[in-house]
Amino acid sequence: MASALTAKSELIYRHTIPIRIMHWTNVICFTVLLMSGLNIFNAHPALNLGKSSYNNLAPILELKAAKLQTGELIGKTNILGVEFNTTGVLGASNNSNGELISRGFPSWATIPGPQWLAMARHWHFFFAWLFVINGFCYLTYSFLTKHVQRDLLTTRSDRASIWQSIKDHLHFRHATGEEAKRYNVLQKIAYLSVIFILLPLVILMGWAMSPFMDSLIPGWVDLFGGRQTARTIHFIVAWLLVAFVSIHVFEVIITGLWNNIRSMITGKYRVDTNQPIKKDNEKAAGEKP
Amino acid sequence: MTHETGRRRFFTRALAGISALSLAGCDKLSQSESFTKLLSTGESLSKNAHRLVSRKSMAQEFSEADMSPSFRSNGTSMPNSVDYQVLVETGFADWALEVSGLVAQPQKFTLAQLQALPSRTQITRHDCVEGWSAIGKWKGVRLHEVLSRVQPSENARYVVFHCADPMEEDGTNHYYESIDMEDANHTQTLLAYELNGETLPVKNGAPIRLRVERQLGYKQAKYIMRIELVDSFEHIAGGKGGYWEDTGYEWYAGI
Repeated sequence: MASALTAKSELIYRHTIPIRIMHWTNVICFTVLLMSGLNIFNAHPALNLGKSSYNNLAPILELKAAKLQTGELIGKTNILGVEFNTTGVLGASNNSNGELISRGFPSWATIPGPQWLAMARHWHFFFAWLFVINGFCYLTYSFLTKHVQRDLLTTRSDRASIWQSIKDHLHFRHATGEEAKRYNVLQKIAYLSVIFILLPLVILMGWAMSPFMDSLIPGWVDLFGGRQTARTIHFIVAWLLVAFVSIHVFEVIITGLWNNIRSMITGKYRVDTNQPIKKDNEKAAGEKP
Repeated sequence: MTHETGRRRFFTRALAGISALSLAGCDKLSQSESFTKLLSTGESLSKNAHRLVSRKSMAQEFSEADMSPSFRSNGTSMPNSVDYQVLVETGFADWALEVSGLVAQPQKFTLAQLQALPSRTQITRHDCVEGWSAIGKWKGVRLHEVLSRVQPSENARYVVFHCADPMEEDGTNHYYESIDMEDANHTQTLLAYELNGETLPVKNGAPIRLRVERQLGYKQAKYIMRIELVDSFEHIAGGKGGYWEDTGYEWYAGI
């Protein structure tokens, strides 16, 4: 059995120690930032556009609670003027005593659980610093070791195979053998968009909400539509990142949960090979930094 | 293979356990003094980084077209104090701002005297810690003008604003705030007596409120009765330099 496995697969060294540490630091930071961010959002559970909240423009999203004539509390979500009953999750949800109370996002989605703006801000800004420092280290490391240039930038053949890759993803077909040792084109595009567009944008839009950061170059926030628009973008990008994480985790699960997780913990990744691999040892050694 | 399945099962269970525990853990940590102290290093990092980058940067000033139709009143809209209500009825005729503490020349300024000093008008955005904002036009005297008349001592480090509004039902625990000398002498730091071209309304802090434009709304103390210069605010109220600070909010509210 053991010999059959070795004949059909090989263990490669996929992720270096710094990458693994930074990845998990990022997981912790993003989780805390998201959940403490939702607690902060709950202090004013509405999204506006423009330079201020009071400019005669209706909010594009609003979570609120309303009391029915029967005395019953219901949670409402208003998106672009369309109202949904979201009792139990958005607008009104249970507190730790099981009582339905008015709050934007429910306690299971926020840090801390109870509505506590001051504490949520402490969590948010501490982990924001960690997140930015971690991101800075990641970029420095990845450019210096050519991780970005070698593993993330798309090649000409990547770009040519983009439709094939979309079809493969839709059919849940994943790469094996040599192809599994590198990122596929959609994966590269997803990682690049997150690293170079979404994460910088979410940080920048966080800064845009700071009255001090706004004063550094007065008016820069207006390039993004004003401070309240920046707050809205901050929120939307946070959810785009959640969408990325969901797809990422989904792909991790369907392409071999344990193998993927191991590669991000010990660095070792098993690649299944259908044909016997020539120059097996050389190739495996070549993957090592 | 069985080895791998076992590990996998262990991992899945561990993951579920960790997420449930960590949520409860976060709430426990929020109650812990040492952990909240650790978290608050974020505040000092921000403050030091901001001060390093720029001490004199100017908050954005807007055009009249950007002004909010009405300027929202938040927190106290009418101080629950008989003394204050008498001041309102008499049009603040008997009100005088006492400026004392670590100064060479303690003084009292009537509203007319403050209004006679050089004024500054600015249209700025008020950012509430909750997430909303409003744009208003403020006219007032630069705090720097007032301070230069009382001559702060060398060891004065903070300016404390004592306000008329009690934050408890029983009339105790008055609102207060504090800023450092850096912000106190900033060009846009005003004792405002006009909002949107009219006498500052009671709901927005009459007769004067602080404008310290590079910080959040709770720093903009309303209903200022007395200004005190100190070298430390540890002996005042909860010792954290402000009403909201005493309940856990950051003293430095530049974010």
